Amino acid sequence: MNFYLVSLIKTAVVAAALMTSLAYLQWIERKVLAHIQLRMGPYRVGPHGLLQPLADVIKLLTKEDLIPAHVNKALYLLAPFLGVAVALTAIAVIPFGPKVEIFGVETYLQLTDLNIGVLFLLALSGLGVYAIALAGWSSNNKYSLLGGLRSSAQMISYELPLAFAIASPLLLLNTLSLRAIAESQSGFSYGFLPNWSIFQGPFPQLLAFAVFLVAAFAETNRLPFDLPEAENELVAGFHTEYSSMKFALFFMSEYCNMITMCALGTHLFLGGWNPPLPPGWLVVKSIPCLIFLSAAAVLFFHASQAARGRKWDRYTYPVFGLAALALAIIFLIPPLQPVLHPIFWFVAKTGLLLFLFIWVRGTLPRFRYDQLMRFAWGRLFPVSLVNLFATALLVALFK
Amino acid sequence: MDAILFLIFAAIAVGCAINLVRQTHPIASAISLIGVMCSLAVLYLLLGAEFIAAAQVIVYAGAIMVLFIFVIMLLNAGAEPARGKSWVAPLLGLPALVALAALLAYFLFRSMPGSPAVRFGDFTLGGPRPVGEALFTKYLLPFEVTSALILIAILGAVVLARKELD
Repeated sequence: MNFYLVSLIKTAVVAAALMTSLAYLQWIERKVLAHIQLRMGPYRVGPHGLLQPLADVIKLLTKEDLIPAHVNKALYLLAPFLGVAVALTAIAVIPFGPKVEIFGVETYLQLTDLNIGVLFLLALSGLGVYAIALAGWSSNNKYSLLGGLRSSAQMISYELPLAFAIASPLLLLNTLSLRAIAESQSGFSYGFLPNWSIFQGPFPQLLAFAVFLVAAFAETNRLPFDLPEAENELVAGFHTEYSSMKFALFFMSEYCNMITMCALGTHLFLGGWNPPLPPGWLVVKSIPCLIFLSAAAVLFFHASQAARGRKWDRYTYPVFGLAALALAIIFLIPPLQPVLHPIFWFVAKTGLLLFLFIWVRGTLPRFRYDQLMRFAWGRLFPVSLVNLFATALLVALFK
Repeated sequence: MDAILFLIFAAIAVGCAINLVRQTHPIASAISLIGVMCSLAVLYLLLGAEFIAAAQVIVYAGAIMVLFIFVIMLLNAGAEPARGKSWVAPLLGLPALVALAALLAYFLFRSMPGSPAVRFGDFTLGGPRPVGEALFTKYLLPFEVTSALILIAILGAVVLARKELD
């Protein structure tokens, strides 16, 4: 009974957090892209456009749901649901923190731990290809078909270097369970260097991390590898014929895949929820607090400036400043620290990787299709293979 | 619980297999095959073979079938026209099928008497570690021979494809 209740509560919390972060990831992406391009970004709905995701959801829900006459109806309807179901399932095996005690109940900050967790994620990403390929094919439209073809070729090609890049740190960590992966990277060598697999001997996995990131961009169809939806060639690629909520489902699955990939990268290479500094140092405990304090300081500084923005900024800046201040104080409460600090570090690392995704989108132009394929098979694949062999050799010799 | 899940996914597997044969469009058939493979993976999982289940989905559903679908999409194969079907085929075929299945079941049962019934949850050596240990110690030779065989097949495919191009 207790187990079911705890699982139910955890599922509800994770689902709510995931949905919110999906919506706001898009807001953050639009804001960051806008600032990279010297624009304002969403600004009208709510303070600083903060309610824009809500407005988008309402807009998408109330739009007319068209089903074109020439589509293969069953597959056309199946594709977006398949995509979003596969993408949302993946979050079930991602841990957010270690074993914690909340109100006397001991539980893991994770929905479920599989002893094949990494393989489970690979299997789901393999199934995710079908959503895009089938959407492209069933739309019965040449642009959609080209998008679907490109995506299936691209995702098969980049799955190989991705799998090799994932396999190399697994040789060091010696397990496939994501919880055990994160736990085995705790501790520090030489007193300061964290035991993350990008720093871990005998062969630090920096190269594998780079390959993983590039392949993750391609697997999630993000710029510079978003050939399946290249706007200037293919209208909108595989989702040209989709409207309303079905279109939104494709977006949801894309962002959800991004979050999963970043969380996987955090666990495999960046030590999961383990802090980057040894616990002996006083700074570690106060870093989250300091970050929120500085955020509050920036917000209060802007609140004290003469009103440059819109007139209710006079109220929103202090309110958000107070919220940041409250967060800073919450992170100082000792009984909450063992729960909040691991979550903070996990979210911080995953968030940094997500920011990298957005940053790259704002910086790099799109590849040409032959360049994309040559890069996968001619560069990325040999590099990841050599890295895997080097890791295997060094692990066999020195570990 | 295990038995109910087994029945559900076994029924899905058989249903998808029948649908695979009955569909006229190659894409629909390919998707039925994916359904068969995914439900087989669930059956492996129920029997305690986690690694095999994951490999089944990654390799068969995730890689091979994507290639199948890719080729079908590239060739833009349409639905097969229904040619004049003979009424004799189902009349003779269905009883023949049942008879064949009964014969197979009978001989399998005869050749392996006394083996205990499969029970869910008994087998615990299906994780990645036991499978890997078995592959690289006890079954090392068959494993390596299979790899060499696959390599030869790949080389053969490359040679044949190159001849086509000239």
